[in-house]
Amino acid sequence: MSAVAGSETAVRRRILRYGLLLAVAGQILWSFRPAPGRALTAQEAAGRALYEANCSTCHGLQAEGSGSGPSLHGVGPAAVDFMLSTGRMPLADPAAQPIRQPPRFDPQEIAAIVAYLTAIAPGGPGIPEVDPQAGALPRGAQVFLNNCSGCHGAGAIGDSVGGGQIAPSLYASSARQIGEAVRFGPGVMPKFATADLSEQDLNSIARYVLWIRDHGDRGGLQLGRVGAVAEGFVAVVIGLGLLLVVIRLTGSKT
Amino acid sequence: MIVRRWVEGVDERLDGSSFISRNLRKVFPDHWAFMLGEIALYSFLLLVLTGTFLSFFYLASHQPVTYAGPYQPLQGQTVSAAYDSVMRLSFEVRAGLVMRQMHHWAALVFMAAIIAHLIRVFFTGAFRKPREISWLIGIGLFLSGIGAGFTGYSLPDDALSGAGLRIAYSIILSIPFVGTWLAYLFFGGEFPGPDILNRLLVLHIFIIPLAIFTLLGAHLAVVWHQTHTQFRAPGRTEDTVTGTPVWPKFALKSIGLAFTTFGVIALLGGLFQVNPIWLYGPFVPYSTASPSQPDYYIGWLEGLLRLWPNWEFHVFGHTIGELLLPGLVVPGLVFTILALWPFLEARLSGDHEWHHFAQHPREAPVRSAFGAAGVAFFVVLVLAGGNDVVAKFLGIEVDSFNTILRLALVLGPILSGLVTYWICRDLRDRPLHPLAAPPSVTFRRNAAGGFDEIETEPPVAGHATEEPDRR
Repeated sequence: MSAVAGSETAVRRRILRYGLLLAVAGQILWSFRPAPGRALTAQEAAGRALYEANCSTCHGLQAEGSGSGPSLHGVGPAAVDFMLSTGRMPLADPAAQPIRQPPRFDPQEIAAIVAYLTAIAPGGPGIPEVDPQAGALPRGAQVFLNNCSGCHGAGAIGDSVGGGQIAPSLYASSARQIGEAVRFGPGVMPKFATADLSEQDLNSIARYVLWIRDHGDRGGLQLGRVGAVAEGFVAVVIGLGLLLVVIRLTGSKT
Repeated sequence: MIVRRWVEGVDERLDGSSFISRNLRKVFPDHWAFMLGEIALYSFLLLVLTGTFLSFFYLASHQPVTYAGPYQPLQGQTVSAAYDSVMRLSFEVRAGLVMRQMHHWAALVFMAAIIAHLIRVFFTGAFRKPREISWLIGIGLFLSGIGAGFTGYSLPDDALSGAGLRIAYSIILSIPFVGTWLAYLFFGGEFPGPDILNRLLVLHIFIIPLAIFTLLGAHLAVVWHQTHTQFRAPGRTEDTVTGTPVWPKFALKSIGLAFTTFGVIALLGGLFQVNPIWLYGPFVPYSTASPSQPDYYIGWLEGLLRLWPNWEFHVFGHTIGELLLPGLVVPGLVFTILALWPFLEARLSGDHEWHHFAQHPREAPVRSAFGAAGVAFFVVLVLAGGNDVVAKFLGIEVDSFNTILRLALVLGPILSGLVTYWICRDLRDRPLHPLAAPPSVTFRRNAAGGFDEIETEPPVAGHATEEPDRR
């Protein structure tokens, strides 16, 4: 009995010892983790200052998140660049859906914040290289109509999608922002990895979305491209309205 | 003058009666609100004209073809021959797009005029005995118009066409016991059936227009025979009609209205893009764009589907699908009540007399209240049919908007009905309409230097009164 008990104690001790050793080793290794451990580049340092002043209240000093903002670990440069360059971040009211606004930072400042966050919270999709000129319009139309128009509309003008969310109009987006949104999926939007939509597909989507902004208006005024709701309004108010004026003016009043 | 000579010539040779000249002298009331039906008539004429043009180029075929037209984003894509033909019409056929757009706008104006006409007839009680037949034919025309609109919307075989057909297919499926059979029968198989475009085309360009022509002919014949109603005015009686003779004044004015209607629709067709199928893309069963709406006169049916709770019943082991009530039962009830309204009203009010005077809405507060409730019901449903677009436009979230609409669908008709009743009753009980000018008194100076009051107003120039034979 005692021999057995003694060996048990030895095992426990051994576990404890190795565990402690491992913990210490982990601590030492952790201190060599790439981000805050090493010296920041000048760009990262600039980003850090901006981040701490504008973002850390909600996302935390180490990008670990808080009650009012999510952790940024693993969201990736695409997401950070998209949110900042479309002015969706910083957000005044953390409960609201972020909407496009004039960006708070200039491109250099955004690049600095992206660099800093990449250093302290790595992972996630990078900023895609999107070249609309390399894409093909027909492929873009096909991919857009099968994957994007369900929420953004066939005219890319956006629509309500339920759950208090809207899919925004894509008319203000740059090719790069379109690519970033596809890759990381802001809000309720699904994210599409390269296995789902290749780089070439992305080029084609961007080309198509940028193309239909200025084309496809054959036939006259587009009525906001919202379809039958606006068409019905025009038919009743302008069409029937004009005719009502005519019959009222030409008909007898009694 | 020339017309008179022709007419006399025809009468002389046919030795008839003075049938033509009698009818040319027929007197028509020309109150402005009575012209709404004419706008619908002329829109329909334009629909036939432009539709004939479109039919020269349309191909009702699901056959896959490779698009090779000038619209770049579709080049090389596989589309149906039907979609390809509408694309060709829109991009390559000379004046094809403006014809297509005029056709679509004419349909929208046609239905708007029908609805306005229906509202006018309802609120003025013009449907009362003996004009119930006209009312019933009118409801038939309204339904035919909806049918024509839906089939036409489905023909281009673009993404919206397919979405609409998918909904129609699902509603047919929801009919208990026979739904599956009916859906297969109509579509020729599982959605999207191989035969559907061809059948829609026959319905759209043959059967429904024929029905509209027939009903329209009957509608006009009955109105011609029974005469229009007219509003009460000095010098008018139940047994006479006051207005302008068919020839020349009424006919020329009406021809003018026809060309005005054509002009307004041509204006819409030339200025405003409608149903840009190149943006929507060809129909593929697994893809639908959003926003995706039917034309507004079907929007209320879409609204019913969007607002209705997803109730599903199981009766004796048989499933009653959730689309049956909002898709068929409620619209069926609505149209039944609408069609039977003249008889319901006669039963409720006990008024079975003949009436040739139209009423002002204030003279029948209960009817006006029901009418206002009905209008509110439809307006809420049309808004619900476009809930995503309207919510985004108003800047509110679509789920809250749905809740508001559900409440409004119940409370809106009740409130607007009560308010209308109250206003009408108040107006009826006042001696003078608050917006009407006070009655004027005319004096004429007499030979003695005094003034005589002239009792009756002189009849309006160009107006005639006759005693029609309505029997």
